[in-house]
Amino acid sequence: MANKKITKTYDEINARIKAGEAVVVTAEEMVGIVHQEGVEAAAARVDVVTTGTFAPMCSSGMFFNFGQMTPTIKASKVWLNKVAAYAGLAAVDAYIGVTEPAEDDPLNKIYPGEFRYGGGHVIENLLRGEKVLLEAKAYGTDCYAARKMKKEIGLDDLSYALLCNPRNGYQNYNCAVNLSDKTVYTYMGMLKANCRNANFCSAGELSPLLNDPLYKTIGVGTRIFLGGGYGYVTWKGTQHNPVVPRTKGGVPTKPAGTLMVQGDLKQMSADWLRGVSIQGYGNTMAIGLGVPIPILNAEMAEYTGVSDNDIVTQVIDYGHDYTNGIARSYGEVSYAQLKSGEIIVNGKKVQTVPLSSVVKAREIAENLKHQIKSGNFLLNKPAELLPDGA
Amino acid sequence: MFTQIYLLRFPKDTSDQPFVYRLVKEYDIEFNILKADILLQREGVMIIELKGSTKNNVKAGLDFLREMGIKVERLAARIRRDDEKCFQCGACTAVCSAGALYIKRPEMSVIFDVEKCTGCSLCVPLCPVRAMEVSLGDTWILSEEFTV
Repeated sequence: MANKKITKTYDEINARIKAGEAVVVTAEEMVGIVHQEGVEAAAARVDVVTTGTFAPMCSSGMFFNFGQMTPTIKASKVWLNKVAAYAGLAAVDAYIGVTEPAEDDPLNKIYPGEFRYGGGHVIENLLRGEKVLLEAKAYGTDCYAARKMKKEIGLDDLSYALLCNPRNGYQNYNCAVNLSDKTVYTYMGMLKANCRNANFCSAGELSPLLNDPLYKTIGVGTRIFLGGGYGYVTWKGTQHNPVVPRTKGGVPTKPAGTLMVQGDLKQMSADWLRGVSIQGYGNTMAIGLGVPIPILNAEMAEYTGVSDNDIVTQVIDYGHDYTNGIARSYGEVSYAQLKSGEIIVNGKKVQTVPLSSVVKAREIAENLKHQIKSGNFLLNKPAELLPDGA
Repeated sequence: MFTQIYLLRFPKDTSDQPFVYRLVKEYDIEFNILKADILLQREGVMIIELKGSTKNNVKAGLDFLREMGIKVERLAARIRRDDEKCFQCGACTAVCSAGALYIKRPEMSVIFDVEKCTGCSLCVPLCPVRAMEVSLGDTWILSEEFTV
């Protein structure tokens, strides 16, 4: 056994899935399997490892077509429940981003702002079967005479609704502290003065890109769990940066790769796409994302066997450094340490606070595992892998 | 030291009584008024943090308040978590100094132990999906109507 090199193809794995014979485990389960059986044996036995993550992912939104009326309109400004959408696409097409707050929101005028409603909440409302108010303005043309439009719409009224996220699934992320002497409200949450909490936001060993650190299986066309339904990786996400320091196992030690993903919103669920308000910072959306990783060989078994002990990130100061563009690390910590509840920064014990839901990440990995086991989810071979910087 | 936040309701005829003075003077209780809405000849509401050297110390003060006809309730009893909304991220654990919101390991699930809650309400606007709710009356309200 020890000398036999395992190789499997996507077709072979899919054939086993269709036959109901595929061995599918979650990324958490894979840690123990690789540890106990070794990489070759694990690669021989396991066909697919499922990953998951559920956390606020800012770069997300919905492309939609809201249908014509008489006289027709070429909408140049569009709002859904007072949240502005980008209308510079076509006559009745627009994109609503999850970080867009409602136009009448007081923002940070009353500091720290509450940001009660934004683009993410609009999408969640639609998924819950609720109607939202669409308002549009236009300058009027000979072929599109109308100047304004106002109607209530539900998800069923939209002829097209595509969840399209130009950057999701960040491969690793900073651990945030605040070394200044006043509380700061950041996208990494509320950080108490003088380094009294350390916030982190990654599913660690369950996180998709940390289980395929060098993008050997994830690329254009990878079929994924997205927002409770399915979707696809459509290319690298914005800020995808494969050229970063890595551990011996290939895992980036700071934020690195990202995914651009999309899927038909109409088959998704509000349980896995949640509008979010981050105090003092703004709106965004928590997204459920899961990627199945085919165990094509021992190398993939080794990657997916990565544990929270093997994944590290940098402690970054959001009180002063981050906003001033200073790249400085106050130390390297592992996700095992972060999840333990306490880390040491500058020689002092600091409470750690997770922002990414491990409970939901695990649920996604389990969900994907059962879909694959029951033959309802096949693996796509990517048309092109994500750039690895080589 | 025993600290707890209380919701006090004053009937119309008690609002002119110097009860805080007597709490300090006779019961040796430290106080911190977080919110008060008290008008003459109207029912008044006050959210007050009381700190005493022992639990009995605070309890004696509360008994005195009740004797004066003031309705006393732990504010924590007015805080709840909507488990449908909560997605178990853990952001709230940063502000919960009472340890009522904490992470259960190794599952990494987020637990709300209402018994430990002091009612400070800092978690309410911090929760990304507003799963923590405070109610001062018959209906549950969200953070924006309640800023402590």
